[in-house]
Amino acid sequence: MSSIGQDAVQGRRARKRPADQAFRGITTGAGVLILVVLAGVAAFLLIEAWPAFVAPAEEIPGEGGLVLYIWPLVFGTLLAAALALVLAAPLAVLIALFITHYAPRRLAQLLGYVIDLLAAVPSIIYGLWGFTVLAPATLTPTGWLAENLGFIPLFAGPASTTGRTMFTTALVLAVMILPIITAVIREAFLQTPKLYEEAALALGATRLEMIRTAVLPFGGSSILSGSMLGLGRALGETMAVAIVLSASGGITFNLISSGNPATIAANIALEFPESSGVAIDALIASGLVLFAITLVVNMIARAVINRRTDFSGAS
Amino acid sequence: MAKRIEVEDLDIYYGSFRAVRNVSMTIHPRAITALIGPSGCGKSTYLRALNRMHELIPAARVEGRVVMDEQDLYAPGVDPVDVRKHVGMVFQRPNPFPTMSVYENVAAGLRLNHKRIRKSELDGIVEESLRGANLWEEVKDRLGKPGSGLSGGQQQRLCIARAIAVKPDVLLMDEPCSALDPISTHAIEDLMAELKENYTIVIVTHNMQQAARVSNYTGFFNIGGTGEPGELVEIDETPTIFSTPTHTDTEEYISGRFG
Repeated sequence: MSSIGQDAVQGRRARKRPADQAFRGITTGAGVLILVVLAGVAAFLLIEAWPAFVAPAEEIPGEGGLVLYIWPLVFGTLLAAALALVLAAPLAVLIALFITHYAPRRLAQLLGYVIDLLAAVPSIIYGLWGFTVLAPATLTPTGWLAENLGFIPLFAGPASTTGRTMFTTALVLAVMILPIITAVIREAFLQTPKLYEEAALALGATRLEMIRTAVLPFGGSSILSGSMLGLGRALGETMAVAIVLSASGGITFNLISSGNPATIAANIALEFPESSGVAIDALIASGLVLFAITLVVNMIARAVINRRTDFSGAS
Repeated sequence: MAKRIEVEDLDIYYGSFRAVRNVSMTIHPRAITALIGPSGCGKSTYLRALNRMHELIPAARVEGRVVMDEQDLYAPGVDPVDVRKHVGMVFQRPNPFPTMSVYENVAAGLRLNHKRIRKSELDGIVEESLRGANLWEEVKDRLGKPGSGLSGGQQQRLCIARAIAVKPDVLLMDEPCSALDPISTHAIEDLMAELKENYTIVIVTHNMQQAARVSNYTGFFNIGGTGEPGELVEIDETPTIFSTPTHTDTEEYISGRFG
């Protein structure tokens, strides 16, 4: 047709623009790099942990072999992270709603900054705060729980006298993951299109009903993905747990006694300096399990989010 | 059902800025009142003042009275949520709730207003509303599918079904066809002609032919200049406005000389 069109077609065949090619190479390299790193980490864990898998059971720390060594750690990790999420996620939704739909604009901005700031506090600070402030402060409430709600296995007691319990650990973890969950949910709520909010209000919805009808469903998948991000952080958190939790091993749902299961990450941090030989391999094997857990958590989150795309905001 | 609205000396402000000045009109029941005028003349603002939706913008307020059923909608103690239950609204862009099915969209308003409602009763109202919006035959086999999967024209009729499911007295329509193709527009216009048997309808439109086709009364809004408030120039029966308007501004606008 036109000569410009022909030029363009020929140009595309003939010329390869060097800058384009180079940049394409760089971005492809960056994309591949992340896969290589992930594969490298997995390979490192597998190779280093291998001796622990084949070692005789009596060489593994504790008694009864690798599975009995790692299983209580897995239990403690999941328990602490799940508790933290149960505490933090509803609060994060409420905070995000307050910031996006209730607070005056100035206050909302200030709160946004404070939340982001919380995310920037190093985890060792949270650990020290949990150890020196929060743990002693939980003594009275946990004592009350053990006395009055002791029939619930979670609060069976007897209450710890130091406060360095699973209960305190979960509280610290909840504070630590609150900012990231809130930030993700807040962004989603801010992006709720006005026209859906107006649709609800025009039907005679109160503000609460509007939020239930238009905002929460729209932000549903982000509540989930924010929670998964938070869960990932809670699962892997090391220093804060290592400082706060007084672990004695074992498996128990009793949150407020002095006998607490350890978590994988904190256990590695605490045991690694004093371990050698197969004990180190066993620690790395527990790290491999943690790696697998976070991978599975993320894949489940993806699957759940994808299943809802039919009813997502894409209209 | 189908109530008359008397608007008396209505001024609408955003903060200290007066957007609309001194509007008085009678909106007749069982009739379609069209509001036309150039962009920025305040006709959409005025429409939103009729069900207090404009209050969603911070610092928006009105002076004057909007009386329906001998009740001033702006009297102290009147809850805007109650006003909106009686004065429904359809928007420019179709906005079915994206996370809900066709059925749930129609049922949404009912679920808000009556917490407990029997499934059989709800089924009946959903079907009746969808039939009322001329949509039932097209969606009866896909009630469980997402509402956002329908075509634009179907989505807008779904929004109309959602609005009439709560049995309002008045239906406000803010340029309901401006995002639709001519065939869908025709379907909505046919529907409006049926709906006016039972409802008071007020429609804002940029399309003068549409106003001439569907409405019984037409009001012409205009602004004096930039930064000036919009005002109602005149309102009369539609044939009169389009054949022998009183004001020269109206005549110039409908004959296409400006706007």
